[in-house]
Amino acid sequence: MSEKKEVEFRAKGFVYKKIPFLGAFAFIVLIILLEIGTRYNYISDLTLPRPSGVFAAFIELYDSGLLFEHLIPSFTRLFVGSCLGIFLGIIIGILIALFNTLRASFLPLISALFPVPKIALLPLFVIWFGIDEGSKYALIALGTFTPTVIATYAAVDNVDRNLIRMGQSFGLSWMSIVKNIILPGSLPGILSGIRISLAIGIILLVAAEMLGASYGIGAYVLEAGSLYDLERLFVGVTILSSIGVFLSYLVGLLEKQLLSWRN
Amino acid sequence: MELHIENISHSYGKLDVLKDINLIIKEKEIVCIVGPSGCGKSTLLRLLGGLEKATKGRIMQVGEPSSASLNPLTYIFQDFALLPWKNVYDNIALVLEHHNLSKNEIDEIIKDVLKRTKLSDFEKALPKQLSGGMKQRVAIARALSVKPSVLLMDEPLSALDSQTRELLLEDLISLWEKENFTAVYVTHNLNEAVRLGHKIVVLGNRPGKIQKIIEINIPLNERKNHIVELEEKQKILWNMMKEEALNADKEMLNV
Repeated sequence: MSEKKEVEFRAKGFVYKKIPFLGAFAFIVLIILLEIGTRYNYISDLTLPRPSGVFAAFIELYDSGLLFEHLIPSFTRLFVGSCLGIFLGIIIGILIALFNTLRASFLPLISALFPVPKIALLPLFVIWFGIDEGSKYALIALGTFTPTVIATYAAVDNVDRNLIRMGQSFGLSWMSIVKNIILPGSLPGILSGIRISLAIGIILLVAAEMLGASYGIGAYVLEAGSLYDLERLFVGVTILSSIGVFLSYLVGLLEKQLLSWRN
Repeated sequence: MELHIENISHSYGKLDVLKDINLIIKEKEIVCIVGPSGCGKSTLLRLLGGLEKATKGRIMQVGEPSSASLNPLTYIFQDFALLPWKNVYDNIALVLEHHNLSKNEIDEIIKDVLKRTKLSDFEKALPKQLSGGMKQRVAIARALSVKPSVLLMDEPLSALDSQTRELLLEDLISLWEKENFTAVYVTHNLNEAVRLGHKIVVLGNRPGKIQKIIEINIPLNERKNHIVELEEKQKILWNMMKEEALNADKEMLNV
């Protein structure tokens, strides 16, 4: 008999595995390294702020009572603007997807609007809606509107045609097909569109606040930046990043709730 | 109610799919349609139930459907076409909603069809929790709930593994024994055709024309005991289709 040998296992790697807490751990290690680096002058104070300094600046901001003076207007602008933009975006997106005439007339317009950096239109909005909150709402609304429209109409287009044929073959009304088949079927696509829209909303929030606001995270960041106060700059950036992560978490919760029929 | 196919021809742009089809589907009869891939059998089925409009010819409904029938022409699809976001009960309820039935009546109908398809314990299950065979049984239950006059089945067992297919085929046979429904059954599986069909219509290569209609007079529930005869029929069918299938393959190569 010839030599006996076990077959080698070759399907190694390329498998997605979840490793809990490693993300948080890597983050903490990075912060500690930065702290050590800046403390022992491996990294100069001008290159990067010291993490403990950033934290101290945050506490200072909190103690001065200014934290909420900045946070509340920012949240209000983001909330009003993106709710308006996303709400209108979903409605227009569905209408464009369902009616050929609307699609033919408005899709080119929206596609043309999509790549325009909305911040360039801020002066126009200031003329239309005033220098106060109106122009900021409008800017964020427009910025979240276009990606939502495009995600929504693509999601409706992607609903399984066979399910629609099924509905028709059982004699369901147009309304019933829209309500029971098209809307739930396009929900996953709409929700991932909302995720992207919210990130764009935060970018525009900061841009709008940098261009004309005395309070708001954007104004705070701009002020710190013009003084080259890196500690406070990083406080602002961290707050913005936290808002983004928090909103993304909320959308995740919504997905879990509404899309439990998947997976 | 009978269905008459009168001089149907159909084409997609320049591509002729069906040509001069004439066929009568009698009551309480299962008509199987077989043919090489791309011969237009599924198209013919879509024409029959009004999901597509023929370029030429007409599909006629002859006689009134039974008054109890909510949706006379009812499909069963190859991919089941269940809504993944609705559970078994609600998937069936959806197709009953628009018929002016009371909640109790709807509930009664659903309980009844689930019992007939042996699904009573799975009312609350979502499609993702069910196996392929069970999903198709849900689709069959949904079709039965609207009391169809003619069932239009588009390769209903093709997405299933062979064991499930055999079990479901037996379910369909016993269901027919009990209810004597009328059906048009499109398949590429000749064994299913000889087990289930009273009439087997062989469509030729594209553009699909009726090549031959074979009748099998053995009652469905006795077919198990006549395997030799059935195999004979299946062989005849295969010989007829083999050449067409080869030609169909060649045609694909020429495209």
